Amino acid sequence: MSEPRVEPDDVRHVAQLARVSLAGEDVEAFTEQFADILDHFETLDEVPDVDADADLVNVLRTDEVHEGLSQEEALRNAAETEDGYFVGPNVS
Amino acid sequence: MSGIEDPHDAFLHVETVEGADKGPLADTSVAVKDNISTADVPTTCGSAMLEDYVPPYTATAVERLLEAGATVVGKTNMDEFGMGTTTETSAFGATENPAAPGHVPGGSSGGSAAAVAAGEADVALGTDTGGSVRCPAAFCGVVGIKPTYGLVSRYGLIAYANSLETIGPIARNVKDAARTLDVVAGPDERDATTHEAGAETNYAAAADGDVEGMEIGVPTELVEGADDAVVETFWDTIAKLESQGASYHEVSLPSVEHAVQAYYVIAMSEASSNLARFDGVRYGKDVDPETGNWNEAFAEVRGEGFGEEVKRRVLLGTYALSAGYHEKYYDKAQDARAWVKQDFDESLAEADVLASPTMPVPPMELGESLDDPLQMYLADANTTPVNLANLPAISVPAGETDDGLPVGLQFVGGKFEEETIIRAGSALA
Repeated sequence: MSEPRVEPDDVRHVAQLARVSLAGEDVEAFTEQFADILDHFETLDEVPDVDADADLVNVLRTDEVHEGLSQEEALRNAAETEDGYFVGPNVS
Repeated sequence: MSGIEDPHDAFLHVETVEGADKGPLADTSVAVKDNISTADVPTTCGSAMLEDYVPPYTATAVERLLEAGATVVGKTNMDEFGMGTTTETSAFGATENPAAPGHVPGGSSGGSAAAVAAGEADVALGTDTGGSVRCPAAFCGVVGIKPTYGLVSRYGLIAYANSLETIGPIARNVKDAARTLDVVAGPDERDATTHEAGAETNYAAAADGDVEGMEIGVPTELVEGADDAVVETFWDTIAKLESQGASYHEVSLPSVEHAVQAYYVIAMSEASSNLARFDGVRYGKDVDPETGNWNEAFAEVRGEGFGEEVKRRVLLGTYALSAGYHEKYYDKAQDARAWVKQDFDESLAEADVLASPTMPVPPMELGESLDDPLQMYLADANTTPVNLANLPAISVPAGETDDGLPVGLQFVGGKFEEETIIRAGSALA
């Protein structure tokens, strides 16, 4: 089986897509581990196409107003709030 | 005043929440895994990201336990966001296995199983996405049930991989696990995946130990790969069931050779999406960003808040879903999932239950498995197929290896056939 090549740049790229900052040593360790893990995932190539006949139905409900969280409850775990709003980082 | 001493570090928070005065679980103490929301009691998922998080509402499963008279005694340690097989990826330190000192309790619901095994709670709630109830039950010598997907409401469970995860009970015997499941099972308008099948249940009555005439299928693929000591204990237990009137035949499930890979591709993909919500704004880690760019600020919060295993899975999930790899990994994993379902359906047409060792290995020593993630994933070979197939399963104690390490036996049943696996399990514990 061919070893999937994983380069440090690949790890940095997905980390950027996933919005996760990584330390240099993490990039190094992940590069090696991802190659092993993805190599193992390669065996999925041997899986035949299967017709999935999921016996599922959509579940609908009437659109009624129920009591929800109060604004205070919804905000209480936020690091920073202002006038009843969440404060996020600057958009720039 | 709580009498819990917690010598095994099973709990993250010891806090009592009294339930109703009367009910089927009156006088029953319950430990709750720390990814299940409890209003006004911290719920951390074993993550530094949620170290200070206090939910404003309670999960349906916990609500039902309290209404049934149970007393919550605390929140239990777990692998961070449920991602692990040993409870060692918790940001708050490891839990020791009360049944095997110096060894891991299994995971990811390791704190729940350890609390029950040590007698600090009568029963516990865990969650099982790829084996996280059954593995720690097996390693700690107690009973764990992974219900059929949709039997128990997931409302208030902090999501890791929605299409796979279930909430299930852990107890010292099958009857206690069954009566806990009776209480938490049933439809919930807040979780559209719940099913009418759980509305009127009497699982406790099925724990009668009567396996006379029961036909057990043994999937060879799930026995062959296991440690010799585990295999020996497994067959001794099958012989015990035979002496009680059950019979067995071997079956082949070729699809399960691909189950671990399919499970990890699907679970990581779902995790990468689910965990996108942790950006430090509405809840989560309070980090003062060094730059003004919001993407960099989010990346910094997530870099600090998530542990190594969570980062590994979020990144691999992002990779598996990215353009050019989606068909190769995610779509093939969905094919494998459908194949596994088919294999189980076919073999369960010829058997009442399927039996295998719950875990192919006995409990690892503390610290032994952290360095090699792939080896840890492979330990989930026997549990993950059941989540892919959405079926119910129970792990019951089957004895010990010569070194005194607990071995669990897993029974898998048909969809919503919890009664059958409970009956089979009750012949042993």
